[in-house]
Amino acid sequence: MTEKLIEAIGVTRHYKLAGGRVLRALDGVDLAIGRGATLGLVGESGSGKSTLGRVMVGLQSPTEGEIRFEGLNAAAADPAQSVRLRRQRQIVFQDPSGALNPRMTIGDTIIEHLRVQGWSRVEAREQAARVLDDCGLSASFLSAYPHEISGGQRQRAVIARAISTDPAFIVADEPVSALDVSTRAQIMNLLRDLQRTRGLTMLFISHDLSVVAHMCRDVAVMYLGRIVEIAPRGVLFKSPLHPYTAALISAIPLPDPARERTRRPILLKGEPPDPSATPKGCRFHTRCPRATDLCREVDPETRAFSSAHMAACHHPLTQAPVERTIA
Amino acid sequence: MTALLEVEKLAVSFGTMRAVDAISFTVESGEILGLVGESGCGKTTAALALMRLLRGATCTGAARLADVDLFSLDEPAMRARRGSDLAMIFQDPATALHPTIQVGDQLVETLRTHLNLSARQARSRALDLFRKVGIAAPEARLRAFPHELSGGMCQRVMIAMAIACSPLLLLADEPTTALDVTVQAQILDLLRQVTREAGMSVVLITHDLGVVAGMADRVAVMYAGAIVEMAGTDRLFAAPRHPYTRGLLASIPALDQGWDEPIPTLAGSVQSAFEVPGCRFSPRCPLASEICRSAPSLREVAPGHFVSCWNAA
Repeated sequence: MTEKLIEAIGVTRHYKLAGGRVLRALDGVDLAIGRGATLGLVGESGSGKSTLGRVMVGLQSPTEGEIRFEGLNAAAADPAQSVRLRRQRQIVFQDPSGALNPRMTIGDTIIEHLRVQGWSRVEAREQAARVLDDCGLSASFLSAYPHEISGGQRQRAVIARAISTDPAFIVADEPVSALDVSTRAQIMNLLRDLQRTRGLTMLFISHDLSVVAHMCRDVAVMYLGRIVEIAPRGVLFKSPLHPYTAALISAIPLPDPARERTRRPILLKGEPPDPSATPKGCRFHTRCPRATDLCREVDPETRAFSSAHMAACHHPLTQAPVERTIA
Repeated sequence: MTALLEVEKLAVSFGTMRAVDAISFTVESGEILGLVGESGCGKTTAALALMRLLRGATCTGAARLADVDLFSLDEPAMRARRGSDLAMIFQDPATALHPTIQVGDQLVETLRTHLNLSARQARSRALDLFRKVGIAAPEARLRAFPHELSGGMCQRVMIAMAIACSPLLLLADEPTTALDVTVQAQILDLLRQVTREAGMSVVLITHDLGVVAGMADRVAVMYAGAIVEMAGTDRLFAAPRHPYTRGLLASIPALDQGWDEPIPTLAGSVQSAFEVPGCRFSPRCPLASEICRSAPSLREVAPGHFVSCWNAA
């Protein structure tokens, strides 16, 4: 890997619930993203992927463990460093309507964002027009209110705000899930272009494997607060090691009737357990077709199977049960 | 032989806003018709119009289910058909179920209303249905409230209610959109199995072309209230003729597409398409020409393959 830009080391995030129960949203996550790289993060609802994204940009602090940005522990930063860390780490949310203040124009939203970071009014206004243009919106959108523009345009505005501080790292949390098919492709292309022209480092979160496959070179799979597998996309889709990854890949309906007729999804038992009652042992054993007594007792360590392929499983698949070619 | 469902020039408007614009289609007995389109294209409105569940809307046209004209029935007669001849399942099962009534009681109510069963008979039938849709510990689950069940489990309850009276036609509106992908696989498998077993016809409404590819026999693509293309599933995916269908199919990121290539996109958005005179897709269409100022109608370009486009290749 090239130089690490951002790292999560042993990160946990627990939430206390009523009755003394603890929801383990993140339960020991180690992750590093190289400068300029895009890491995809997939998982089902409740797997902790959004929490990880929020912890990575500093919207939430980890219960244990640390986030390091350019080697600096974010929790130990002095005030000046904290300001810089906030500017350098930005986030794009799933629902652009909820992420914009309905009573503020797009221009004011971006200008406010920059003013907080210490920009002058004049500079902020110029920068707002510039980033809107980079995101495919003309300067006339500065004076538009969110309800006056389409969902795709709103997401462009949210992305413009995120890149306005010239960040090095962006978390894109389900940035296209609320959009229609035809708009989705436009926003994915925009994010890809920005990532290249600006050399952005990105954590791209999605429940949709095909979207992640298209955006990212490396993909991490989360299940109940842990990363269970991480690998380059081609390797992950062709020869997944974790039975959960294999099931996830096999469950994606393909827009191709001929291949759909031969696709045999691995149907998992039941649904993901409640994250406030994580199963003992391997957290996937309640749904896993390969589970043994060992899995019911011992939580598997994350092991490296090759330099870039890691998985946390006692009984990894040596041969992929899914046939799928990856370019 | 006539089709099970014949929809002729169905149009729905809310005030001056025309949501569905004179669509016609048929569904054969035992057939699954996919109704595909983006948000706001009118696919859900069309289904609700068939169920006659739209308030404050003007519906015109005709819909015949097994030779009964649904739009000429009086309300008590329609109510008797709903649930027994045609049933609907919705995108968000948690809000489609009554939150303060046990799910078993909701199912029993359906059974007793339509099938004239005693409470005891209905209860045992409900238990069978819960087993059939793969609900574990069905006796206990009959007494559960919707909030005590997961999304996938609620959707199983909805499916149990929908198939309870063996309807001729099932309208499934985005039945798996709110579910996680591994649960979606389970629910699609269940839907396929129960409808095939009963020879039930299905109108499957979805925006997900992958779901349609695996489930539907035929597909109708909707854009801004109109059906723009309709064909057998294999044919539609292999040889789409309408520029909108082509653009839609091209814009799906494929798992095996190189990540270096940008995804082909459709220009613009559907936002004000309802105000466009002539062909509503023309402002976004790469093939648009002078003739598109007048509205095209569906024409048969190959046996069973219909396209509404002047310039379709």
